[in-house]
Amino acid sequence: MDNLLRFRDDEAHDEPAVSIDAFLGQSNATSVRIEAGEDARQLIPFLDRLALVEIDFPRFRDGRGYSSARILREAGYKGEIRASGDVLVDQMLFMRRCGFDSFAPAAPIDEAALEAALARFDYVYQNAADDAVPVWKLRHG
Amino acid sequence: MYRYDQYDQAIVDARVEEFREQTARRIAGAMNDDQFKPLRLKNGLYLQLHAYMLRVAIPYGTLDGRQMRKLADIARRYDRGYGHFTTRQNLQYNWIKLEEAPDILAELATVEMHAIQTSGESIRNLSADQYAGAAADEICDPRPWAELLRQATTFHPEFSYLPRKFKIAVIAAQEDRAALRWHDFALRIVKNDVGEQGFEVYAGGGMGRTPIIAYQIREFLPFAQIFSYLQAVLRVWNTHARRDNIHKQRMKILVHELGEEEFRRQVEEGFQHFLTLQTDFPQAEYDRIAAYFAPPPFETGPSAEIDRSDPEFALWVDRQTVAHKAPGYAIVNISLKPITGIPGDISAEQMDIVADLAERYSFDEIRATHAQNLVLPHVRKADLHALWQVLDAAGLASVNLDLVTDIIACPGLDYCSLANARSIPLAQKIAARFADMDRQLELGELKIKISGCINACGHHHAGHIGILGVDRKGTENYQLLLGGSGAEDTSQAKITGPGFDEDGVVDALEKATNVYLRERQPGERFLDTYRRVGMDPFKEAIYG
Ligand code: SF4
Repeated sequence: MDNLLRFRDDEAHDEPAVSIDAFLGQSNATSVRIEAGEDARQLIPFLDRLALVEIDFPRFRDGRGYSSARILREAGYKGEIRASGDVLVDQMLFMRRCGFDSFAPAAPIDEAALEAALARFDYVYQNAADDAVPVWKLRHG
Repeated sequence: MYRYDQYDQAIVDARVEEFREQTARRIAGAMNDDQFKPLRLKNGLYLQLHAYMLRVAIPYGTLDGRQMRKLADIARRYDRGYGHFTTRQNLQYNWIKLEEAPDILAELATVEMHAIQTSGESIRNLSADQYAGAAADEICDPRPWAELLRQATTFHPEFSYLPRKFKIAVIAAQEDRAALRWHDFALRIVKNDVGEQGFEVYAGGGMGRTPIIAYQIREFLPFAQIFSYLQAVLRVWNTHARRDNIHKQRMKILVHELGEEEFRRQVEEGFQHFLTLQTDFPQAEYDRIAAYFAPPPFETGPSAEIDRSDPEFALWVDRQTVAHKAPGYAIVNISLKPITGIPGDISAEQMDIVADLAERYSFDEIRATHAQNLVLPHVRKADLHALWQVLDAAGLASVNLDLVTDIIACPGLDYCSLANARSIPLAQKIAARFADMDRQLELGELKIKISGCINACGHHHAGHIGILGVDRKGTENYQLLLGGSGAEDTSQAKITGPGFDEDGVVDALEKATNVYLRERQPGERFLDTYRRVGMDPFKEAIYG
């Protein structure tokens, strides 16, 4: 976890994540890992038991994890959502907007580039899982 | 026309700076090409055979004179003095240097333009009816919805790394001028039984190697819920589509695999969920956007008389102009298909002329069409002759709208790194063969569409006559297809049989037109005759 980047104030949760299958097969785990292609909705009944959901990106172009994160946030999950794997600086803004609040990238992220990328856009066009206010709301109060 | 406010401008400006910084990191080697590629594609930048190609978005095909002049300026300064209008109503430059691309995007931003999401696995620039706001047969102007959806789908955080590209079209007329059902997601504005307007929704269409015509997924969707519905569609696709085979990742394949009913069921379920999130844009935002598309101040009662004493002008009027909703006005089609030209190409000088004409005669509006032509949507009939004279002097007064020489052709092997065969020289050969005006008029409406490979950018599946370039043991070979349509009578063209070399396919095409002339009944277009008599007589004439 050398490269771990967190955007949360609480302590990092270090219980190793188990697979969805293992979790659903009556485990007491508090961390789960979702592989690309697995249905995040399976976790919805158990969200209050979870402290960490890790969502894997096998390739950065594989966008399934964005939906997984947003689905969990829409269901009210407040715990940590961590993007792991092929996570690159140029995708992290949209990941933040979809509800990811920690990152375990396979390769280290350049901090200056990340800071610039996350601060780049002052405005967004649509609601997502973050608290950015869409411009239609700014336009109409 | 829509104008950016401070927010739109800030977003586009930030995007330019983002890409400038990303390009610098790529050039400095801080990012590899695999990592850079999706980023440049989302900014319209392809690597082609000889150079980078930049695809500029012309949202729903609408632009004004100032924007057209900027396109000309960029063509002169950064390219070789011309541009190419595409079947997606966009404009492509063919000779771009990577290190200059950020400057070009900055230039575009000064006239409220961009190249955002014009390629890559993203929600692409929307297409729409090129006669929107002018057509006599529309129930409203579809462009406010297109602009609203442009904003809603720009930098959508969940749907920016989709399985494949995603194309949307919007129309509001019975006649389909936008190849609606060949899109992944298509909207036709309709009225329901109680007179409310809303969307008829189609999903799962697309060309490429597995052509599928979109199916009607919803008969009526209230306007206000469109963004929820679209997100539901996208989420079903984004979460379920395969990611292991690029040829099987378009949404049409998922719809096909799940079945229309099951796909619809999942979308409806997701739709109910999205409605609870309240992400739809409010009526006030629609109203704000719609105000920009208020009809221009048409004069009441300008003369509808046209002096037809010049026969060349009369011929042009009859072919290139279309009924306008306002009395005394006409919609003017500018052909970008001169007989010896490259379909869709336009020089910087011609762009400037079109810009002038738009400002002088068409309330400063220009449209690009998916058939790679231009439109001046609002011209007083009394001005047609003056306008025609300027077009004629600029080489822009060809008479061939929807005729055999109005050929759609993709860039093909002359530019495109994916091509199997050349499209442009073939289009030129066909145009030369059928150049005679009387012969063109005799053949009537006949839409020829040429693609240089299976990706079908030249819409060959939707051609009355389609031509597909393939690679046959290392030589260019062309398959002939008949019976496609991109209009409201959408259909998929069928292959006639074994392919031909370049001259052979021109001969075969001519034989097909001869069958039509022999078999047709009064009032029938080529497509109608083909549908009535079927493939056999054509096969016989071509291969017999
Ligand atoms: S159809 Fe093929 S050859 Fe033509 S532009 Fe598209 S990818 Fe290139």
